[in-house]
This record gives sequence, structure tokens and C-alpha cells, in this order.
Amino acid sequence: MSTPVLQVNDLKKHFPIRAGFFGGTTGYVYAVDGVSFDIAKGETLSLVGESGCGKSTVGKAVLRLFDITDGQVILDGQRIDDMPSGTLRPMRRRMQVVFQDPFSSLNPRMRVRDILAEPIRNFGLAKDAAELEAKVAGLMDKVRLPRDAVGRWPHEFSGGQRQRIGIARALAAEPDLIICDEAVSALDVSVKAQIVNLLQDLQRELGLALLFISHDLAIVEHMTHRVAVMYLGKIVEVAPKRSLFAAPKHPYTEALLSAVPVPEPGAARERIILKGDVPSPINPPKGCRFHTRCPYAFDRCRVEEPPLRPVADALGEGHVAACHLHDLPAEQNPLAGSKGAAILAHA
Amino acid sequence: MSTTVLPPGVAAAAPMPDILPAVKPKTGFTGFLRRNPTIAIGGFLMLLMVFVAVFAPFLWTKDPTALAPALRTREPSAEWWFGTDMLGRDVYSRVLYGTRVSLTVGFSVAIFASLAGLTIGLISGFIRIADSIIMRVMDGMMSIPPILLAIALMALTRGSVGNVILAITIAEIPRVSRLVRGVVLSLREQPYVDAAVAAGTRTPVIILRHILPNTLAPLTVQATYICASAMITEAILSFIGAGTPPIIPSWGNIMAEGRALWQVKPYIVFFPAVFLSITVLAVNLLGDGLRDALDPRMAKRL
Amino acid sequence: MPLLEVENLQTHFRTPDGVNRAVDGVSFHVNAGETLAIVGESGCGKSVTAMSILRLIPEPPGKIAGAIRLNGKNLLELSDREMRQIRGNDVSMIFQEPMTSLNPVLTVGRQIGETLRLHQGLSKQQAEERAVEMLNLVGIPEARRRVREYPHQLSGGMRQRVMIAIALACNPKLLIADEPTTALDVTIQAQILELMRDLKHRVGAAIVLITHDLGVVAEVAERVVVMYAGRKVEEAAIGPLFRTPRHPYTQGLLGSMPKLGSSLDGTETRLAEIPGLVPSLKKKLDGCVFASRCPHTTDLCRTVAPALEEKAPGHVAACHYAAREDLGADEMVAA
Repeated sequence: MSTPVLQVNDLKKHFPIRAGFFGGTTGYVYAVDGVSFDIAKGETLSLVGESGCGKSTVGKAVLRLFDITDGQVILDGQRIDDMPSGTLRPMRRRMQVVFQDPFSSLNPRMRVRDILAEPIRNFGLAKDAAELEAKVAGLMDKVRLPRDAVGRWPHEFSGGQRQRIGIARALAAEPDLIICDEAVSALDVSVKAQIVNLLQDLQRELGLALLFISHDLAIVEHMTHRVAVMYLGKIVEVAPKRSLFAAPKHPYTEALLSAVPVPEPGAARERIILKGDVPSPINPPKGCRFHTRCPYAFDRCRVEEPPLRPVADALGEGHVAACHLHDLPAEQNPLAGSKGAAILAHA
Repeated sequence: MSTTVLPPGVAAAAPMPDILPAVKPKTGFTGFLRRNPTIAIGGFLMLLMVFVAVFAPFLWTKDPTALAPALRTREPSAEWWFGTDMLGRDVYSRVLYGTRVSLTVGFSVAIFASLAGLTIGLISGFIRIADSIIMRVMDGMMSIPPILLAIALMALTRGSVGNVILAITIAEIPRVSRLVRGVVLSLREQPYVDAAVAAGTRTPVIILRHILPNTLAPLTVQATYICASAMITEAILSFIGAGTPPIIPSWGNIMAEGRALWQVKPYIVFFPAVFLSITVLAVNLLGDGLRDALDPRMAKRL
Repeated sequence: MPLLEVENLQTHFRTPDGVNRAVDGVSFHVNAGETLAIVGESGCGKSVTAMSILRLIPEPPGKIAGAIRLNGKNLLELSDREMRQIRGNDVSMIFQEPMTSLNPVLTVGRQIGETLRLHQGLSKQQAEERAVEMLNLVGIPEARRRVREYPHQLSGGMRQRVMIAIALACNPKLLIADEPTTALDVTIQAQILELMRDLKHRVGAAIVLITHDLGVVAEVAERVVVMYAGRKVEEAAIGPLFRTPRHPYTQGLLGSMPKLGSSLDGTETRLAEIPGLVPSLKKKLDGCVFASRCPHTTDLCRTVAPALEEKAPGHVAACHYAAREDLGADEMVAA
């Protein structure tokens, strides 16, 4: 197996809570609390979960937009989490980002040409002005925007077009990995489809690896190769797409799948409606973090935190989950079978 | 109405009437002014004042410092439009020349305070350690009313227009730095700044290219308010004798000199006061208009 | 007689660069106890339609024309005073943002009680009793304690429940829900949708559900109006709408949504795209509003605006080429 493009080991990010006149630390938000995964070349890994689960923090930590509390981030075999910023800067070329909000992700006071030229100049990817101009034009072609639009300002474009510009900016650095932080979530349905198709085409064409951070499970299923499900700062399950959707092995994944409304009136689905709300990441529950809402929780879940480990899955290898239920005999384990089809009302 | 024959089986929707009269889009420069009447009025008054200040010698003025003891305290007339003061100087000429001082102080303070505040605000918005020190100093300065600070600074120096500008500028800096720092802190969180960091842009370039241009809109608005308040502060300083030297006519001076005669010769105070009010109004109108035109959301913040 | 009848609703806005025809000739009705969904993408006029029903559109710059009849009474002819009597009492509304639609300095109980005291003249005591009752109804545990809490002490899902409690406090005949679950996480959305389904049976109010999410529509609505560029382009009961959409826009919308469970049978399909952009509502359009993006556009579409026609019983669509009941989809393209 070749080295993965990105490897994240036991990543932790705790944000201090400051209060009082002198700004002393009174506690921590355990936004990300021990997350590990890797992404192979050309692969899409999706990070799913609800707001506040820490998925966007993982994306920003990988990009090193801030320093992490603990753990390792390894890009193309090199640790970047403790790299001095001078050494890191050229490494940044290999991973780029596309953000959610197409309006605030482009500097309103820069023309499209300058937005796209910035990474090309920073990384010295063009020898002269003519090559720069050619590269910018090429990027516009790649994201299917007219070349003569490079002289325009961001506010002259619609949301979908702005997102294309954001993608073009990410491609300008010729990266190996693009982190898509809710990249299609703010878009209308019909525009969303355009951008999803564009991302898939680009991935195929350029062999890009994608870290696709999203809360939209239908889009994730459509886009991804593997899925990691996050809850309260931890990954609770990782599996290849088909295994995850057909046979979820964590009660949270199961509930998440069952909660997505499907555009199929009268579909007979098995509904699992979770009680209550996500607990605060300032004071996460002891034991399994999901036990306060889990329909199957038993005594052990309240005291012992389950580790992430391989689980039996008829559909294939590489399915890991963090749940004590898998220690029970199969007939007592509600997650033993493949319930995906029943939950998703899929014929 | 044209009568088009529809193919068989085709049903056309009934056309919907206009319920609002069609209006011609207001575009171009005149359209901009019509959509922003406050800018139009404020801008017009402001240009008028600048015109008066620049062309004061050609607007039928006399020498504003020429003493004529024989012609003291004349009422306004065809000869002396705004009358004469207790030394026989022409109030009309003095008020028109006073515009120069007022505008010079207003504009200079606005520019210098903005530049200094911008620098300090950018530094404290970007350097964590500097931030807590600078901001505590600014808090300390802000706890003294600007006018008192300016009086104290003027007490240390000789009265001159330059020193007035310096004193008011120092008094205004904390407010601008706070504003810029706040804007910088919110801009730093913008995704396009994160994207620029990810694209390998160096910090100085990020400040110059991504942060600075986006602080200019709120800063411009703030600068107009500073301009207005500087003009008032200048008038107050001159009025209490801590501002421009008496030899240079300024609205504050003229009012101070007319103060003793306020009950018998009110026009000496009245005319400079009207000019001061109109100018401050003009600048404030301009500021409000710019604020609404540049960023409607900012209207709530400021 | 239907509970609510909207006829040729037009809501236009004066803007610096021309008149925005946000809603331009929309008609629909809602029967008592029924749930009607209005779906469409941002800018299609669905929220403006909802606001127009309650006359929450500021005039000027806006202007509403047409007729909005609640039990036969045209709301557009009422005085402001009479309209205030209707809002919150006969018709109430739930908004998308539970955070900003609640007053942060009043307790939850006060906010529920306020409408009751205003419209039904209840005493303070009675209002609080009823507030507790309402919180119980919307599934908030420990209602007696919660009535004395402030909105910031509640989570997003709880706040939306409180919003629903306020809306239902006066037993309205019609509830307008504008994107009630859009700001919520999926597991919380599932709770709220479950609550709405449950309340539908228990309370019996008719609901107009405004949403962009076809999944939510399928979960709670009985009938659907699809809007595009300020017009109604299709209307049908949910079954026929999802099974046999007649308007190319609805077909495109459904085709562009990835289907959950698509990976299970291993059929990886490309999403259908609707090319192009929504036309500007500031220009008067000749012909069909969807002509610029439709795969089946002909010259007829570009010149003659299609009327809304009944293509099957209870299924109307505004398309010259939409299949009629006895015609297949193939003939549609060929026509």
C-alpha cells in the first residue's frame, strides 16, 4: 500500500474558554478529542456529523489554520503539525480548501483574476505573466466559467458561480488534497447538483483526494468512497460507503440515517427518533459520549468509553465502530445485521 | 396588443398586470445621488464650504485682521454684511476666512487620526501580545473626555493650528483604533482570509491585500464623524482661548470675542455659529449617507 | 368552501433598479385540516407568498394585489386593526430562526401567554396554566419549570418547539410554517417533523409548509405547490407529484437530488443538472419562465406563457408539453 496523502493520528483540539478581567482560562471546549483517519490518493473520505461535532475543526486543524492541542497531521509523509511556518508554506500547496459560504469565501475587493492568481504567484507556479494568464484562463475552463469573466468582481456572480470560483482558486495551487468544508451545503438543489458533478469530474480528471466535510448524508453517499461519522469530537464509525449505508454498526449512524427525510411519500421506514439534544462539548458525558441519547445504552456504556475497532461486516473489510454492543452475542446485538435498507426505505 | 394565433390545444396564461408603476432604474451618478439624498445634500454643502474656504479672498471680503476702531460694532448692512466686531473688523470676512481653519483642522484630524488609528488597530488586531497592552492604554485614554485631553495637551504647547490638530488627533486616536481593531478581528475570521492562508499568502500580504481594503469602508464613515467632532472641538478650544491664536480668525475665536456683547450685538456670535452648525451638519449627513451606501448592515453596528 | 383561498396573488417590490415581481399571479387553496407544502428554491417567491398571506410585507416598497380569502373574507380588504385580530389568532406563523424569533428578555411562559391574553383575554394565571399545557403538547419535559425559563436557556430544537407552542396557543385554523426545520440538525429535524405529524392529528389546524427540501415535503405534506420565479408551475397531491412529476422543473428538481440508499444497489448515477440560472424577476418575461433552462424548450415556450392546465385529475402544471393523463412521457418530448 502506498503512503496515504493525508494521515491524522489522535488529533485533539481544545479551545480554552477565557473569562474575567485578566482573561484567565476557566475551562476547555473539547471540540476535537482524539480523531484518527487517513486518505489515499484520489480517494474521497467524508466526515459527517451534526453541528458542533467538530468536523469543521478537524478540517481547519488539518489545514493548520490554528495550532493543534495534540496529535499528528502527516501530509505526503511529512509531519506538518509542528512544522515552522516558513517550512510549512510551500507544503500548503498540496492541500487546498473550499468553504461553505460562497459569499464570504471570496474577498469582495479582488477581481476574479487576482483571486485565482494569488496561489499561482505564491507558489511560483508560473514563470511569467503570459503563463500566469494562461493558467488563470485554464482554471476558468476547468470550472466551466467563461474566460472573459476574470475581470469581474465576486458580487457580480451568483452563489453557484462563486462556488466555482472558490473551487478554481483551490485548483490553482495544483493540490493533491482538497478539503471541502460543507462546500455545497449553502447552495440551492439544482445548483448543488452542478457543483457536485463538477467536483466529481475534477476528482476523476486530476486524481484529487477529497476530505468532504458535510452534514448532508444523501450528498455524502453520492460523492464519497469512505465515510467517517463524528459525534461530540470523536469518530464513532468509519466504513466504506456501501457498508456504512447498508449496515451501520453504531447506533448514532443508524439514527442519523433514519432521520434524513427521503423524497418518497408514504415510504415505510424504520424510524429511530433520538431523544434530547447533543450534550455540550465543554462537559462531554463520561463513558461513551453517545450514551445519553442512545436507545440501546446499558450500564457499561455509562462508565467505559468504547474504543474504535474492527467489526464484523458481511459486505467487506475496513469497517470500524466504537460501540460496546459488538461485544454482546450476535442475537443480543441490535446492530448485528444489515438494517440499512429498512432504515432508508430502499427497495 | 398583437393577436397571435395559437396552435390548437395550446392555452396561454393570462398576462399579469403591473401593480406598481414602472420606474426608470436610477443608474449613473445622478441616480446614485437620487438614491442617496443625504450624500447629495451633505456633499453639496461640503463643496460649498470648501469653495468658500478656498476662494475667501475673492468673495467680496475685506482684510479680516484690519482694525478700524472708528467702525466698531456696526449692525449688518450693505457695507458690512455681517456687521463689524468690537475692534471694527468685518465679521463677514472673518467668518469666511474662519472656514479655512475649521476645514483644515477637521480634514487634517480626520486623516491623521485615521492613519494612526488604522496602524494601531491593525497591529493590535494581529499581534496578540501587543493587543492587550495597546488596548489597555487606549481604554485609559478613552476614560478622559477628548475635549479635556485636548485642553491638557494644548496647555503644554503654544497655540497654533498645527498644535490644535495634533492635540485633537491624539484625543481621537483611541476611538479609531478600537473600531479598526474590531473590524480586523472580524475580518480575520472570514473564510477568504483562511483561504488566503491556505494558499500560502504571507501575513504582511494578507494584511495589505485582504484586511486593509475591507477596513476602508467603515473607516471612511468613522473619519467623517471625526472630522465633524474635530471642528467642534477646535471651536471649543478657540472659544476658551486654548486653540488657534487670536490673530488667526476662527469661528471659535470670533464667538469668544463676541461673547461679551452677546446681549446687545448677538450677530457677532450668530453668524460663525450658523456656519459651524451648517458645516458639521454637512459632514454628518455625508457620513450617514456613506454609511448607508457603503454597507447597509453597518448602519446597525455604528 | 376552502379555508384559505389565494387568487392571482401578486407581490411586487419597488427597488432602485426596477420593479421586482417576486410573486406574480399565484393561486392555490388550503382546505381545513390539510397540509399544503409550497416548495421551490431561494428567490422563487415562496416566503414572500407566506408573508403576503399575513400581510407582513411592508408597503411601500412592496405592494400586494389579488385576493386572499380566509373563510371567504378577503384579508387584503381588512383594516390594519382587523388584520391584527387575525394574526396569531386565526392564522399564526412559525419562522426558520428559532433564535431570533423569540424575545430574549421574556420568559417562555410570558411569550406563549401574551397572545392568549391579547386575543382571548385570559388572566395572567389562566395564561400560565395554558402555557404549561402548550409546552406539554409540544413535548417539552418539565413544562412547569420551563415556562419560567428564558430562550437562551433552551437548545435550538427546544426553541423551535416553543415557537410551535406560541403559534398553536390560540388554536389557529391555519398555521404557516416558513422553513421550520431548515436551521436544525437532522436528528432534531426528525423530532420536530415527528411532532408536526403528531400535532396535525391532535390539533387539526391546516398547515401551509414553506420549504426547499423535498424530503421534508414527502414526510408531512398532503398536497404540494411547486413555485419557480414567482409563479406556480405545478400542483398535485404528493403521491402523483413525486411519482409522475409533470413540469420539467419539478422533474429536474427531483432528478438533481441524490437519493439516500443509492449505493445499496450499486447503481452509481450522475446527478441531473438544471443548467443555467433563475431569470431576473425585474424583467417582464414573455413565454414560459422556465424556458431558458428547460431541456424541451421550443419557440412556442419562448413566446407564449403556458396556462396552468389540469393534466390529470387534481394535477395541474404550467407547461405546453407536459404529459396529459393518457399520454406517455415519450410523446411529451415529441409533441
